[in-house]
Parts: sequence; structure tokens; C-alpha cells
Amino acid sequence: MNELTSAPLPDLSLDDHLRGPSDAPVAVLYSDFECPYCGALAAKLRGVRLRVAFRHFPVRTSHPRAWAAACAAEAAGRQERFWEMHDLLFSDQGRLEDPHLWERARALDLDLERFDADRRGAEVQARVRRDFEAGVRGGIVTTPTLIAAGARYAGRIDAQVLEGLNAAAR
Amino acid sequence: MSEAPLAPGTAVPEFTLKREDGSDFTRADLIGHTTLFVFYPFAFSPVCTDQLGLYEEVLGDYLAKREVTMYGVSCDASWSQTAFREKLGVSIPQLSDFEPKGEVCRAFGVYHPGGFPQRALVIIGPDAVVGWSYQAPTPRELPGANLIFDGLDALAART
Repeated sequence: MNELTSAPLPDLSLDDHLRGPSDAPVAVLYSDFECPYCGALAAKLRGVRLRVAFRHFPVRTSHPRAWAAACAAEAAGRQERFWEMHDLLFSDQGRLEDPHLWERARALDLDLERFDADRRGAEVQARVRRDFEAGVRGGIVTTPTLIAAGARYAGRIDAQVLEGLNAAAR
Repeated sequence: MSEAPLAPGTAVPEFTLKREDGSDFTRADLIGHTTLFVFYPFAFSPVCTDQLGLYEEVLGDYLAKREVTMYGVSCDASWSQTAFREKLGVSIPQLSDFEPKGEVCRAFGVYHPGGFPQRALVIIGPDAVVGWSYQAPTPRELPGANLIFDGLDALAART
């Protein structure tokens, strides 16, 4: 498929990675593990009362290791460790080469062979590509893009915006 | 004072932009190609992935088959545009509307009253007639790459 004409962003599905209180409002986040603004936002979101759905938007032109990092997170997810890998990736965005990814997989006690096969495999690649293509079709241009309370917030998302979302969620 | 990009069906007027190497890019260079002009306000805007970075990304995997030639257009001097392009790590060539400032942007209907290009996309057919155009409601909104595909479909539907 090579058509990226406009289409609404996909609704939440069982496929989505969700974290946060089950009764908190849902926010969808398009994010890239090599993007410093995404790293900053990831830290801030821990203190905000939202249920966040994380979707991949790796732009290799800007971030050469973003795709591999996204696939690593998905592969970890296949061993029930998506969010743990997510946190480890953001904790050291300067180290995203393969040895660093293996180190993280080891730290999470993953089956390394399976992790490596999965992250390079067709299913994980397709999953990351699906998130990316759906994002492009829905008009996502940069990262992070946070969709919450019917509005989109992109790039450097300031504390005031997050405080507003937090207040609205209580 | 124009305030919308040239509408589909409008013949592109004569114009001169500067390529990065200082040579001219004129209306004649549009003939025989499908061209997309990506007008943007300033080089070096404070976002992580610029719209040009995303367009470059989809250019490789999705657009090549469409044979559209993409250019970034701003009123920055060519040196600034080259530095910007290299910083972004993109190959999309830049065309400068530096002198007289904004003259071509005005001709295309995409000059913001603040003295810089609007964020606009203009697709021009091989006959140098505008096939499709779009302008973001404000310069802060980055046009998605999806719009390029919408525009190419619109152009195909007209021909």
C-alpha cells in the first residue's frame, strides 16, 4: 500500500498500548523514541492523570534509530514488557544501537533470541508501519503529537497544557 | 492583497526563484513535470521533525512512483536554506524568494502580511497550470503529508 491520502486517526483498539488509570480520560500519543521532546513529554506524562495510548511515529529522516527502537519496544511487548522497554528506551535516548537494545532486553529478562527475531520480523515491522501510516493519513506531522480532550498538541508541549489536562481529568 | 493560494486551473505566471547554487528556477522549469512547492515561513523552526523531514520520509517509500518533484520555498537566502536542509538531513531542494523579497510568494497568493510565506502547498501540472493548492489556517499548523496525496489525487482527477 502506497497511498497516504487523508483518513481519520484510528479509534482505540485492543492493539493499542495503554497506560494510566482505567477511569482517566484517554489521550493518544504519536511518539518517537529518539526524539528529545518525546523523551521530555514521557517523563511529564507520569505525573498527569491520563490513560495514554502510545503509537509509533518514527521519522528515520530525522532520527535514524527511531524505527529500530520502535521495533524493540514492540518485540518487548510480545513478551509482555512493552512499557518497561518504553521507559528504558526513553531513559537513555543517546544509546539506541543494537548492543544497547540487547542490553535493555537482558535487563528485562527477555528471551533474547526471540526478542531479536521478533524485532526484525515481519509482524513487528508491519505493526510499526501501520501506526506510522495511520498517523500520516491522520495529519500527524511531528513528534510528539498528543491528542487529548478533542485537541492536538504537537512539539514542545508546555507544562501549562499538561496542567490543564490534569485539572480537567480530576 | 491576495490571501489565498492560486486556485486549481490557474496558469502559473512568469517568476524567478533562486536555486541553492544561485541559478534561476523559472516557469519554464515546471514544464513537463509534476511539481510540488512547499512554502514555509522560515528556516530553522523549533520543532523536532519539521514538515520537510516528514515529506522526505514519505518521498522515499511512497511518492517515488508518482514522479512528483518537490521543492521547499521560503524568503530565506539560499545559504540559510542550504544550512537548514543539511541540518534536517533532507534532500528536498530549496528555492529562495529572497530578492525581491516575497515577490514570487505574492504571485502565488501565499505571502503572509507579517512578511513571510504562509505554510502552503501548491501542486503544478506539467503544463504549468495549478492542479491543487492548500494553505494552513495559521503558520503554526504544519500541513500533513496526507494532503500531498490528496492533492495528487485531485490533480489526477482533473487530467
